Amino acid sequence: MPVVLENLGKRFGDGAPVLDDVNASIGKGEFVALLGASGCGKSTLLNIMAGLELPTSGALEVPSDGAAFMFQDSALFPWLTARENIELALKLRGVGRSERRVKAAELLELVHLAGAGDKRPHELSGGMRQRVALARSLAQDRQLLLMDEPFAALDAITRDLLHDELERIWKETGRTIVFVTHNVREAVRLGQRVLLLSSRPGRVVQEWNVTEEHRTDAGLAGQLTGVITARLREEIRRHAK
Amino acid sequence: MPSNPAPITELSAEPAESHKVHAALTRSSTGSEDLRELGSGLDSLQSDAVRKARIDWSRILLPVAAIVVLIIIWQLYVSMGFKRRDLVPGPLDVAAQFGAQWSEGKLQEAVWTSLERGLLGFLISVAIATPIGLLFAQVAPLRRAFGPLISGLQVLPSVAWVPAAIIWFGLTDATVYFVIFMGAIPSIINGLISGVDQIPPHYRSVGTVLGASRLQMALQIVLPAALPGYLSGLKQGWAFSWRSLMAAEIIAVGGTIGFGLGSMLNQGRDLSDMTIVMSAILLILAIGILIELLVFAPIEKRLLRSRGLLAGSTR
Repeated sequence: MPVVLENLGKRFGDGAPVLDDVNASIGKGEFVALLGASGCGKSTLLNIMAGLELPTSGALEVPSDGAAFMFQDSALFPWLTARENIELALKLRGVGRSERRVKAAELLELVHLAGAGDKRPHELSGGMRQRVALARSLAQDRQLLLMDEPFAALDAITRDLLHDELERIWKETGRTIVFVTHNVREAVRLGQRVLLLSSRPGRVVQEWNVTEEHRTDAGLAGQLTGVITARLREEIRRHAK
Repeated sequence: MPSNPAPITELSAEPAESHKVHAALTRSSTGSEDLRELGSGLDSLQSDAVRKARIDWSRILLPVAAIVVLIIIWQLYVSMGFKRRDLVPGPLDVAAQFGAQWSEGKLQEAVWTSLERGLLGFLISVAIATPIGLLFAQVAPLRRAFGPLISGLQVLPSVAWVPAAIIWFGLTDATVYFVIFMGAIPSIINGLISGVDQIPPHYRSVGTVLGASRLQMALQIVLPAALPGYLSGLKQGWAFSWRSLMAAEIIAVGGTIGFGLGSMLNQGRDLSDMTIVMSAILLILAIGILIELLVFAPIEKRLLRSRGLLAGSTR
């Protein structure tokens, strides 16, 4: 199990806990969608898994070499070209110069951007930027890939395409992916397992398995989406005053 | 009133329609080749066509016209004879003096001496201020401790250091350089620190996630990210160097201090010759403008353009 979370809790200062008693385990090569309404602490949970923040209670087990991370905003460095952004990730990992060139070209090819390597981030469309960001997080060569609503800011057509792309890349590279989203359809589209996080405090309240039939049968997928949406709304309604 | 339910029943009755509605939930395309084509189609739709930059003549002609107009107004004012000609010389008188100084070689000497000192002093200031600024920006306690002092030093006119410098170093070049450093270094440090402050916080998160060490974070991520702010700090640092230099040259004259533009200004005052004074002032101004136009403006433009930060500006 690459990731095990045990009774994980997090509070900032003296405030109410953001995460409380979170339990989950994620298997190697699994694609897990972490679903929740805004303010449920899903990004905090992801940051804790990435080592960007520390939990205040509980224990977690993550791979010792850390995790790759993909942000909502592509967070590419504007002073570097697409290729150089990927090469920087390789460089900080200690990969030699000539190998960096080869590896960066491979990764650009993997995300179907072989021709755009010398473009700067501002010359790329939102979808292209996210693909470069994906290539950069793959350049980190970590088994675990954490994604924080990476497609939330994209238009629907591009998002659909990137869903297909991500699924393809996940199958080709065999990564373990934790994908945070507030979009139920996206969670069902991508995840093998959907974990629903409650809000304030965040806690895993229910989980669903998404089978291969859901991928091909739109009716079945729509049904599951309906069930999860109903449960999510129930969770949100609890906070009505 | 009977409503028209036809479209609704039609939609639910047609299986092809309802399949389309749900298509986004399941795979929307099949095969890697299909995906690649779809992707590159979207990419070309969403990327802007490259626009070719042309030379905009109004950028050159308008400032030149403004200067010409000002000179004409100046000449007209002088020609009307409100003031004595030796107190308020006209552009033609100044030009004549300019020519005379030039043929004596004094002008070239003054420009060269000042420019050399100004540039050398500025470059040394950059070399000193950059590591200090980076250190302050990266180490919070250091910045808390020294930040107010550095900001204060920036407000303190560097001319205030001239008397101290003369007492410590006498009438030597060291005095001039000391005053330049006290003017330029704080403003470069401040520029770098404020450049670092403006870095989006997630750049550092990316650095951490990518496994950057402290030094790598400072050199590979923080410094390049802060470059626009750093550059405006450098610009201000150069302005402070140039001003401090002039102040020092006007006050500290003689000894082994050579003949610079400030010295020329001072000489004009001693001789009560307004044409020399005006020539020196205009030269000091012209050099300031030239350095801005030939050195900083192109660098800044390139830097901002390469980051996509120039769109919509009135430059």
